[in-house]
Amino acid sequence: MSVVAEWNEAAASDLIAPFAAREGGLLPALHALQDWLGHVPAEAVTLLARAFNLSRAEVHGTISFYHDFRRHPPGRRVLRLCRAEACQSRGGGEIGAALCARLGIGWGGTTRDGALTLEPAFCLGLCAVAPAALLDGTPLGRVSADSLQEAVAEALP
Amino acid sequence: MSARVFVPADAAAVAVGAEQVAQALARHGADVIRSGSRGLYWLEPMIEVETHSGRIAYGPVAAADVPGLLDAGLGDGGGHPLRLGRPEDIQLLARQKRLVFARCGVVRPGSVDEYRAQGGLRGLARALEIGPQAVIEEVTRSQLRGRGGAGFPTGIKWRTAAEAAGARKHIVVNADEGDSGTFADRMLMEGDPLALIEGMIIAGFAVGARKGWVYTRSEYPHAVASFDRALEAARGAGLLGADVLGSGFAFDVEQRVGAGAYVCGEETSLLDSLEGKRGQVRAKPPLPAHKGLFNEPTVVNNVVTLASVPVILADGADAWAALGYGRSRGTMPIQLAGNVKHPGLFEVPFGITLGELIEEIGGGTATGRPVRAVQAGGPLGAYFPPALFDTPYDYEAFAARDGLIGHGGLVVFDDSVDMARMARFAMEFCATESCGKCTPCRVGSVRGIEVMDRIIAGEEVEENLALIRDLCETMKFGSLCALGGFIPYPVMSALTHFPEDFAAGGRAAAELAAVAPEGGGRRAAPGL
Repeated sequence: MSVVAEWNEAAASDLIAPFAAREGGLLPALHALQDWLGHVPAEAVTLLARAFNLSRAEVHGTISFYHDFRRHPPGRRVLRLCRAEACQSRGGGEIGAALCARLGIGWGGTTRDGALTLEPAFCLGLCAVAPAALLDGTPLGRVSADSLQEAVAEALP
Repeated sequence: MSARVFVPADAAAVAVGAEQVAQALARHGADVIRSGSRGLYWLEPMIEVETHSGRIAYGPVAAADVPGLLDAGLGDGGGHPLRLGRPEDIQLLARQKRLVFARCGVVRPGSVDEYRAQGGLRGLARALEIGPQAVIEEVTRSQLRGRGGAGFPTGIKWRTAAEAAGARKHIVVNADEGDSGTFADRMLMEGDPLALIEGMIIAGFAVGARKGWVYTRSEYPHAVASFDRALEAARGAGLLGADVLGSGFAFDVEQRVGAGAYVCGEETSLLDSLEGKRGQVRAKPPLPAHKGLFNEPTVVNNVVTLASVPVILADGADAWAALGYGRSRGTMPIQLAGNVKHPGLFEVPFGITLGELIEEIGGGTATGRPVRAVQAGGPLGAYFPPALFDTPYDYEAFAARDGLIGHGGLVVFDDSVDMARMARFAMEFCATESCGKCTPCRVGSVRGIEVMDRIIAGEEVEENLALIRDLCETMKFGSLCALGGFIPYPVMSALTHFPEDFAAGGRAAAELAAVAPEGGGRRAAPGL
């Protein structure tokens, strides 16, 4: 699901409009923006506030409340690695630390060449095949430091 | 004629290669059908071939095994080292009582015809026949309790919403299954989504709601897609819409996707999130049954709770209530995860002991080392030591031992686990996920991390242990919801059952001392 589009105010307004007519439509609108742009840019806040008849503070408060919504574009690929207890019990913590060291980034960081963003997840529901991750939309189970590095190899410098 | 082979499209099966297996089978001319998972995850990817004498299972299959399987006569259930025999005879499936998950891994998810052929829609047909009042009575008499964690009687919740005045009412499904070690909601939405839809329609009919909402977490892209496909199929078959199965009752369902906030699994926070706001917890009262979504009467139920309802209506409340233990009636889909030899979903009546679940069903740890701790009920649940393995699986029995069954997850740890670190993780998780509305949770969790850090570093251990106990009391009794209120469970159980890990010179302290450069870095434990 590599990202993609450039910000365009008219297109963003068109995208948002149908959600403003739906009950509780702000979250679906934010998801639609992020699916389109890979993040929810600051420029969108004013548009959303106008469309939903909210203050900019309310829109900002909603965006910043949720871990999913990014304020900046991610790398070309996104790896969400589970850090919750079931994966910890199978060595997930060590695998995460090894990957951070290998990529030279911290949690939430993007490699310098923009190839990969590493995000923490607190449970992917793949606990029976722990440790687990999602590479873009693809689930990966029973991962090891090696298998994970292989999976992200094409994104590595 | 090519063989019909069932390959799970379940996300956890896909995570270990089911997609590649399906592709390899299709390349070799097999008629591949994508089903859900049976939940025997140590055997995934597990494929099943339809033969004259029923289905025959093979697993765990890798794509590279496919040519060999075909050479061995896969289509006729031929012999092969990966052959498991009839799936129903696999010991750890045969030992289960599959009622809610009876069709999971069997049917094509979202196929209304197959759902009906396998016993689906009998519950709805009976509900429409006996009427809303009688449905509520039936659910009440079954003694079904909420499977999301709180264990509140479902019938009472429904009656409250049914009696509440309001022009518009809602059924809200909590599919924000955030607890580590749980995956029952995901499995059902991917493997038998129509069971949830049937339960929702019955609930709507009972309380007089015409709109159902499903709030699914964003971490479950496969479940979201599978459920949306099932909604389309249900509309196409006249199950949803202006005239449900020709009864005159109108009901439709909309799925909404969360955005990575654990606290939105708390029902009032979920409602705010559904309204498009920050997912902050509401003070109760008013109850959601009186003033819920958009301030209108709302039933909020977990996925498994609602998927249990068609079984109860179809087979009767007495059959359901005849199963179980104490005040916990019926079956519970228990989920075994973490460091366990046989991870998976195990649906049985309440009353089985924790020890049976971990040792007999789970087969002990995957690493082969001794079991040291089991976290029951997700990140807000207590850690149980093997000394408490005689605890029966029952809401009250777990509560009597300062624990909870939560949403049915069990996460197993071997003897390499450091319980002081797990206690610190609990506080860290709470700090990350707190909605910020109440002080004990928002501030207490951050202070909890700091105090745990001092204990792990060996600083004034006795004083800091007294402090963390006091802090846990404050969070337990002062927090607005279960996040801050239950985080003391993992912390206090770790401290109570594994005090050696917290003592000056505990595991983490020893590690610190080993890595700290002499005279520098963090202070090592005194006495080392």
